[in-house]
Amino acid sequence: MTIDPRTSVIKKRFSNIKRVIAVTGWKGGIGKSVTASVLSLILSKKGKTCGLLDLDFTGASDHIILGAKDVFPEEKNGIVPPEINGIKFMSISFFSDGKAVPLRGNNITDAIIEMLAITRWGKLDYLIIDMPPGINDTALDVVRLIDKTEILALTIPSIIAKDVLDRSLELYKRLKVPIIGVIINNLLHSKGIGAKSIPYDDKLEASLGRPDKLLKTKFSRSLEKIISELFLSV
Amino acid sequence: MHEWALADSVIASAIDYSKKEKLKKISQVNIVFGELQNIDKEIFMFAIDELIKTANKVISSSKFKISDEPAKFKCKVCETDFTLNQVKKSEDEAEYIHFIPEMAHTYLKCPKCKSPDFDLIAGRGVSIKSIKGVK
Repeated sequence: MTIDPRTSVIKKRFSNIKRVIAVTGWKGGIGKSVTASVLSLILSKKGKTCGLLDLDFTGASDHIILGAKDVFPEEKNGIVPPEINGIKFMSISFFSDGKAVPLRGNNITDAIIEMLAITRWGKLDYLIIDMPPGINDTALDVVRLIDKTEILALTIPSIIAKDVLDRSLELYKRLKVPIIGVIINNLLHSKGIGAKSIPYDDKLEASLGRPDKLLKTKFSRSLEKIISELFLSV
Repeated sequence: MHEWALADSVIASAIDYSKKEKLKKISQVNIVFGELQNIDKEIFMFAIDELIKTANKVISSSKFKISDEPAKFKCKVCETDFTLNQVKKSEDEAEYIHFIPEMAHTYLKCPKCKSPDFDLIAGRGVSIKSIKGVK
């Protein structure tokens, strides 16, 4: 027999985390990483203890959005994530040295299990997970390994994205994963197109890498309003 | 000290196994260390000795035996079999692979065709080969 011991300790690693929110979207380039990162900044600003886990291994970018430079996890009975603007942040980018991470499905699963088993988050009100696009190994592993996962879905106003969104939400329902809500990221128009819509913000790009500036953007203000309605009672 | 987290997982996993198999006492846990992750045995065993003091008593008198497994790779492009001493890596790269063994695909390449697209056949990281106990 061969037992992988790592999965036995994952539940313990998450025992002091109140809520785990996976920011998910089923198309690439629709703003998941910016949403997950800014969501973490908003929660931290509101006094919540918050962690951010970037599980988009092949397209990790939260470290760029948060401007995480010259930081590295501390080795202390596992690895302790460094804090960026009050957010405990973990990403494969700490280990990839700016290089590509070409992983196949079973490698992705192994890397996720390793990160979940060795990362010591401590007490958190929220752990935000930045997911790669689609329902794939990462999505299925997160649902399998972290039983308190909730989904916050992101989409764009396009018939293509909506079609994939509908199918994916149906699958998450079948997997019995709670869906907090769907946010529409309006990449083309400066006006919102509904209650849960983020309008296009031409100042956003220039604010990337600067958390203080990010929190002052129209994008951040819109997201804060939406999450206050969806799940944040402050 | 990353070894602590892995030692913690071995203890948790052995206790889970004892519950599943209805063992009253765990007498020996046989652990395999894959060459790729380069786990420090001394730190790992120190962590086991410390963690066991506060763990479930079912494992308190268990022995822990460690065996090594060499890393073996097979290139998916040219099908060459290769070992860890056939590929080059810097100290930093070895450290990153120590944390997340899958980083091998970022830093190691097939010695013949230079592709990073290879399978890790054996010797990845920490696993449990067998657990002995009393019912």
